[in-house]
Amino acid sequence: MKPVPAKVSVFRKILRGTGFFPFIVKRVLTSILLIFGMTFIAFSITQLVPGDPVAANLGQSAYSDPEIVAAFEKEFGLDQPVPVQYLRYIQKLSQGNLGISLSSKRPVNEDLKEYFPATLEIALIAVVIAMILGLVLGTLSAVTRDRLPDQIIRVVSLTGVSMPTFWTALVFFYVFFFLLGWSPGTGRLDPGAEPPPQVTGMFTIDALINGDFATFRQAFSYLLLPAIVLAIYALGVLTRFTRASVLEILGNDYVRTARAKGLPEFTVIRRHVLRPALLAIITVAGVSFASLMAGSVLVENVFSWPGLGQYAYRAAVGLDLPGIMGVSMVVATVYITMNLIVDILYRVIDPQLRKAEQ
Amino acid sequence: MTLLSVRNLTVTLMTGSGPADAVRNLSFDIERGQILGIAGESGSGKTMTALSVMGLLPYKGKASGSINFDGQELVGFKPRDFRRIRGKDVAMIFQDPMTSLHPMLTIETQLTEHLRHHRKVSKSEARARALELLDTVKIPDPKTALKAHPSQFSGGMRQRIAIAMALACQPKLLIADEPTTALDVTVQAGILKLLDELRKSQNLSVIVITHDLGVLSALTDRIMIMYAGAEVESGLTSQVLTRPRHPYTRGLIDALPDSGADGKRLIAIDGMPPELGKFPSGCAFHPRCSFAQSECKTGVPNKVDIDGSRRIFCSVDPFDTSDSSAGVSR
Amino acid sequence: MASRFGNSNSIWRQPLAVVGIVIISFWVFAAIFAPLISPYDPLAQDSDKFLTPGALHWMGTDELNRDIFSRVIYGARISLPYSILLVVLSALLGSIIGGISGYFGGRIDAIIMRLTDMFFAFPAIVLAMAVAAALGPEIRNAVIAITIVSWPVYARLVRGLILNAKQNDYVTASSLLGSSSLRTLVVDLRPNLAGPVFVLASLEVGNALLLLSGLSFLGLGAQPPAAEWGSMVSMGAVNFDRWWVGLFPGLAILSAVLAFNFIGDALRDALDPRTAKALRD
Ligand SMILES: Nc1ncnc2c1ncn2[C@@H]1O[C@H](COP(=O)(O)OP(=O)(O)OP(=O)(O)O)[C@@H](O)[C@H]1O
Ligand code: SF4
Ligand SMILES: [Mg+2]
Repeated sequence: MKPVPAKVSVFRKILRGTGFFPFIVKRVLTSILLIFGMTFIAFSITQLVPGDPVAANLGQSAYSDPEIVAAFEKEFGLDQPVPVQYLRYIQKLSQGNLGISLSSKRPVNEDLKEYFPATLEIALIAVVIAMILGLVLGTLSAVTRDRLPDQIIRVVSLTGVSMPTFWTALVFFYVFFFLLGWSPGTGRLDPGAEPPPQVTGMFTIDALINGDFATFRQAFSYLLLPAIVLAIYALGVLTRFTRASVLEILGNDYVRTARAKGLPEFTVIRRHVLRPALLAIITVAGVSFASLMAGSVLVENVFSWPGLGQYAYRAAVGLDLPGIMGVSMVVATVYITMNLIVDILYRVIDPQLRKAEQ
Repeated sequence: MTLLSVRNLTVTLMTGSGPADAVRNLSFDIERGQILGIAGESGSGKTMTALSVMGLLPYKGKASGSINFDGQELVGFKPRDFRRIRGKDVAMIFQDPMTSLHPMLTIETQLTEHLRHHRKVSKSEARARALELLDTVKIPDPKTALKAHPSQFSGGMRQRIAIAMALACQPKLLIADEPTTALDVTVQAGILKLLDELRKSQNLSVIVITHDLGVLSALTDRIMIMYAGAEVESGLTSQVLTRPRHPYTRGLIDALPDSGADGKRLIAIDGMPPELGKFPSGCAFHPRCSFAQSECKTGVPNKVDIDGSRRIFCSVDPFDTSDSSAGVSR
Repeated sequence: MASRFGNSNSIWRQPLAVVGIVIISFWVFAAIFAPLISPYDPLAQDSDKFLTPGALHWMGTDELNRDIFSRVIYGARISLPYSILLVVLSALLGSIIGGISGYFGGRIDAIIMRLTDMFFAFPAIVLAMAVAAALGPEIRNAVIAITIVSWPVYARLVRGLILNAKQNDYVTASSLLGSSSLRTLVVDLRPNLAGPVFVLASLEVGNALLLLSGLSFLGLGAQPPAAEWGSMVSMGAVNFDRWWVGLFPGLAILSAVLAFNFIGDALRDALDPRTAKALRD
């Protein structure tokens, strides 16, 4: 056997280890590989299907002018062979540079900094609403299994996942803006209003940081409606999932033990059932958070919410690969991070897993 | 003094093909300080009998008949009435200590939560009691054990903890559903000894449910043999095990290897016990019984009382003169 | 505990499933007999603009004077067959990929599973939008785009089932009898895979319909003047003050998706719990 340099062998040890730290290192490394793999998929698929980004981004007349076309191709490196384009992209990516968007002609990093917080803001509120209500409704549903509350909650949550979000958005907008006038309308702030100085990019939080409560209230009133619409689907998912997890846990021997002790049913549910169920529910909430961000494209469209979804839409229509990849990567990172956090949580909370680690 | 008196208990469960009786017309008594053993093959309704005393029948399960516990009628008890006595006056330990303790809660929480609920004691009193309990069930280093999680203990230790949990509120009746089946033979003996000591020291009544006739012979005062949800024979342990009168009991005992006393599982008679909902008519045992007559297929078996303390359910009673002719080998 | 008997619950005994079947039958009927049911030509522009719902036009008329009721009825001819086609395609593609992965195992399995991981991490709608846009906005392309993003769930399911079955004796037994590996895969395993895959597919039809109408809503699916529910809702968004323009086609989507979900749920409950659990994971 060849002697292995000390540094490498430590690294190997970490990768082969089964402890907590090696686990995280391994997960982060595979996540990074996953992201690079995704760029390959995106590149391949967009190259395999016909579609000309130049035509999509230049006007009719400009497209008929070969000089403009050549300049455009040169500017964005489209004149290079595809593998070269890909290598260049990967090279920049490994430095954290997502390239220049074909549709906005600006660096994708800049674009994302602007659009991502807007979506994050509504998605966060949506997921919090959905998780709290989903936990309550799902538990209620499981506990009253097959009785009236359960039946109602099941139909309602199934309806929640069956509603086309773009249509829900439209109906809510009509009712709460047009009919009732409770919602201020589309966008993030009143027309002409000054956004708070950017710290997080989320207007409500930035306004609070700035101590500007008027702007906070305004920003909040604008984001409530899209957030609620976004929450509806997630609520359906989380309610159904909570019900299933709670039912599954209710069948465990240790719940029977708890009941055999004569504890109040509320204590049995809260202490013996919800605690283990919570882990699974957080997992699904985390994963649905990522899909909320992706799903916001349809909601943002209706509310003219200048977020990731709108940006993704423009990038897709413009066959703007750097833009599409940028959005995908943000969402994938959220998805992967959520999974990672949840896995770590599992290990921290569940002593059995933790013991197995040692 | 009779603590628990069960009369004509029938337990109806919901199965895929509709309701079916898992326990049929069962009657038995337990005196204070006595240990009753219930034995029978898998599916004979032992656990359902226990669960109906606890009010913990599975979803859509129903008990009828009469269960008189310490002067209260438990059939028709409301869930909240059951919660009042469960864990306090009647406690249960389950077969598999690996799954019956909560994996995420500390031993202290699991030992004291019902104590604090039923007896309204303070946290420190509860902890003192928990230490005492762990000591009673011979857990080494009780102080450390309180902070630990179940995963840090072996199966035998977990079962001891489960027993400690059951004893926390000083119940009058303890139901142990196959308390040793999941454990190694050497560990089994320790648990059985513990149960016996507890019965003596705390004047506890115990129901021990098992597959294992060896367990019963050492521990119990009386036993009841069940088949297809019904009693087939009951009486003093020594009499039933040495001179079985019912063909099924006899088959069970004959099937034991000669060294059977050391606790081998039941090796039953030819054929399989019937499934729930498919119990044969008449005497449910007739398809497997070598003494079956035509009347066994239709008529409900006769109850035969023997010496006032024993009875069998068999219309034929082939071992009536067992003393001289049959020569039961053990 | 009681769920151990779930497998004998016929879906006909579940009222929601029956409601679902009734609704779907209605839409199938509407799709087949659209010309007989609808009072007007769905493309004819010969009424008045934005008539409110009334005796003549039950659901009013749209911005091009067309009868919305007739268009909703004709819409069933697009949404239903395409979303079912979409699900069949993804189920086939996913099952084949998952079958290869599970059957051959080893390195092939590792590669394919990493690939599905990547697809799972991809925001489906973004990828679908990109592919649909690249292929050109057309309903057929939307179907292709969504198929490309929705096969991985089936691949995972089929792979998992095969790995389970590999440990079961019947595969070993037939390998002992000398049947070839491919034969084993197709003949012995298929009956055990068909049930779960079918149930998953039935659960996914609703999602497929939502994605498909979503793409059309964004202008990346069915194109005007086709009477497609999603693109009709998008006209409702433009004219949001005329509530009837978007309301009815949206209700059509909701009713069909809900009905498919009712049926899918009941089918899953009718499966035995172990398979049902495989479906949930
Ligand atoms: N939740 C349930 N719903 C319906 N039937 C059940 C349920 N649980 C158990 N059964 C059935 O009830 C019958 C009696 O079960 P029980 O658990 O009382 O048997 P047992 O004598 O304790 O057997 P074992 O020795 O296997 O524990 C069995 O046929 C069993 O299949
Ligand atoms: S009643 Fe008949 S079948 Fe039943 S045990 Fe007696 S002899 Fe056998
Ligand atoms: Mg049992």
